[in-house]
Amino acid sequence: MSERMTGAEALVRCLEAEGVDVLFGYPGGVALPIFDALYDSKQITTVLPRHEQGGVHAADGYARATGKCGVALVTSGPGAANTITGIANAYMDSIPLVVITAQVSTAVIGTDAFQEIDITGITVPITKHNYLLKDASELPEAFKEAFHIATTGRPGPVLIDVPVDVSKGELDFDYPASVNLTGYKPTYRGHSKQVKQAVSLISRARRPLLYVGGGIVSGGAYKELKDLAELMQIPVATTMMGKSAFPEDHHLWIGMPGMHGAKYTNYAMTETDLLVAVGVRFDDRVTGKLSSFASKAKIIHVDVDPAEIGKNKPADVPIVGDAKNVLGGIVAELRKGADEPKTESWIKLIDEWRAQFPLHYGPHLGAGEEGALFPQYVVQRVNELTKDRETVICTEVGQNQMWACQYYTLRSPRSWVSSGGLGTMGFGLPAAIGAQAGRPDALVIDIAGDGSIQMNIQELATAKLNGYPVKVVILNNGYLGMVRQWQELFYGRRYSASVLPQECPDFVKLAEAYGCFGTRVEVPEELDAALTAAFDHDGPAVVDCRVVGEECVYPMVAPGASIDEMLGGVPGCPVSEMLDDEVLEEVWE
Amino acid sequence: MTHTLSVVVENKPGVLTRVTSLFARRGFNIDSLAVGTTEDPTLSRITIVCSAADTPIEQITKQVYKLINVIKVHDLDPSESVERELVLFKINAAPEKRHEIIEIANVFRAKIVDVGKNSVTIEATGATDKIDAMEDLFRAYGIKEMARTGKIALTRGRES
Repeated sequence: MSERMTGAEALVRCLEAEGVDVLFGYPGGVALPIFDALYDSKQITTVLPRHEQGGVHAADGYARATGKCGVALVTSGPGAANTITGIANAYMDSIPLVVITAQVSTAVIGTDAFQEIDITGITVPITKHNYLLKDASELPEAFKEAFHIATTGRPGPVLIDVPVDVSKGELDFDYPASVNLTGYKPTYRGHSKQVKQAVSLISRARRPLLYVGGGIVSGGAYKELKDLAELMQIPVATTMMGKSAFPEDHHLWIGMPGMHGAKYTNYAMTETDLLVAVGVRFDDRVTGKLSSFASKAKIIHVDVDPAEIGKNKPADVPIVGDAKNVLGGIVAELRKGADEPKTESWIKLIDEWRAQFPLHYGPHLGAGEEGALFPQYVVQRVNELTKDRETVICTEVGQNQMWACQYYTLRSPRSWVSSGGLGTMGFGLPAAIGAQAGRPDALVIDIAGDGSIQMNIQELATAKLNGYPVKVVILNNGYLGMVRQWQELFYGRRYSASVLPQECPDFVKLAEAYGCFGTRVEVPEELDAALTAAFDHDGPAVVDCRVVGEECVYPMVAPGASIDEMLGGVPGCPVSEMLDDEVLEEVWE
Repeated sequence: MTHTLSVVVENKPGVLTRVTSLFARRGFNIDSLAVGTTEDPTLSRITIVCSAADTPIEQITKQVYKLINVIKVHDLDPSESVERELVLFKINAAPEKRHEIIEIANVFRAKIVDVGKNSVTIEATGATDKIDAMEDLFRAYGIKEMARTGKIALTRGRES
């Protein structure tokens, strides 16, 4: 039985039908009918961020930490425009979002009306799909489709633009039970012939390597991945987006490949004879110089998005399908009559590299650094102190993010929330708030830099006032660290526009101004107590760690170089000796 | 290499923009474009002639196919399909030259659609090379204006 109601009421009913429990919404003129309807919803908590970008990042963090679709709602014009970075960020990382933008009335669309912006036009390249509603009656079907498109196949953000006369107009509401999209039918099952071919290659390989990414997380293929790795004793390298897909304390986990991968990880990627690539897109930050990437290997490429296969690197065995189905199918085939794994000497070789070239850091710049607080040490202590707690690690972007990748050991799925493809500074804090909204019992930590955190620091108010006790650990080195690192290595130490004095702002006072707990750490001895105090505090907390200023993330693959040619990463060998003219020439090419 | 893509899409506002902007941002050049309805009023056919330099054409066909409103994408094989363009030429034609021009038009089975004091307007359809050949010949007389549609194409009926 359909029911007569306004578009705004129907919109809320659609969200309720989709199981939405929290929505990040910033109101404004033409969005008011929708916010008014939300006021009566018992199911949906509306959280007011302090900036629309923060709202979309929060919805994104919620989606990453829970696997559910995140929802953000904003007004037209500037409200819609402020969502762009958040939407692009979710698009690059294939995160399911439904972003609702209010729009001026259909009668004045196209007249440059107050707070009018063509948001569907603007977001075509950064959404999986978008809608501009013209009549209230279109609303239920559009919402049903939007949630379906956002969460299925390769997930991604979908935007719905709702003119004010649509939300005020009336319709007979009936929520469709299913969608009918002729042009959208994702392929989930891998072609059985291709799967058999993969099985045959895997069972014969001497130096196989699983190179896995965000597709394992979005496909929920943790068990299938672990089964395959353990059954055939295949080492696993997880990309930054794939982090948390495989337990990092497992002996088969060999780290994150690419620009800041460990030497042993990149050596393994280079020497493998069979690269089993699942839910990855051969991103330039992983592959380095494409021609020499995994050049000794046959490549099996599994992805739910056919357009990813062969995009950057041709695959010997392309398999279109989702990670869970395809890996599950491969494991089932292998179990029927699997050969014994032949990888013992391969694993031993990787372990030797691991022993010879471990991730490491330490005083090396000169006098006065003994006893200094190193950013890597801060991450290691966060790791130690959260070992026994359900923890979600969020990061900002830059050195803080790479150190979190290198020195935090993730143990469970969806415990990692970090901006991958777009590399969005200012993502971490709002994303942490979203993650906390979805996982109220988890300890949610944002590992931040002093640069990134200032891009959305206003969200401390959102955390405080909505009772999200997120913890921000700032690796405060007084620089835009990654920019400074590139300037140090490739631009003759000319620190153009990358210096941020450590003491400005005073992050402790700033935290307190927002009603949060704030504390400062200047020497390693103070660190554990400060972190513990922050983690045990019942509200949001900020730990300002004044770390060594000119520390670099190593190893590092110079842009354009092969990934087995790394700067740093060799204990006792200073980077300055590795940075010869040849490396610099490649960077400038 | 030049390809002719036949893209069947839902007949909805904004779909053409989605398709063409995808070509632009993925670095493919559109040489010609024709859009029209199909036998099914809910569907439109977009025929795109595009050249792909280094990137394989599959990259763009797969990306286009990912668009929600796109139903089918065909990379047409010229030997397996019928391709046509429509062209209008307005040619300088003093009365004494008119006859020659009309003769050329007849050879190409083109139609005279307008005659002015000093010009003749000719309509022709055909494959791209035929149109190109006519254009070459008419240039000698001076083409005042020319309008060409994008190419439209269908696969040949295999069963018949």
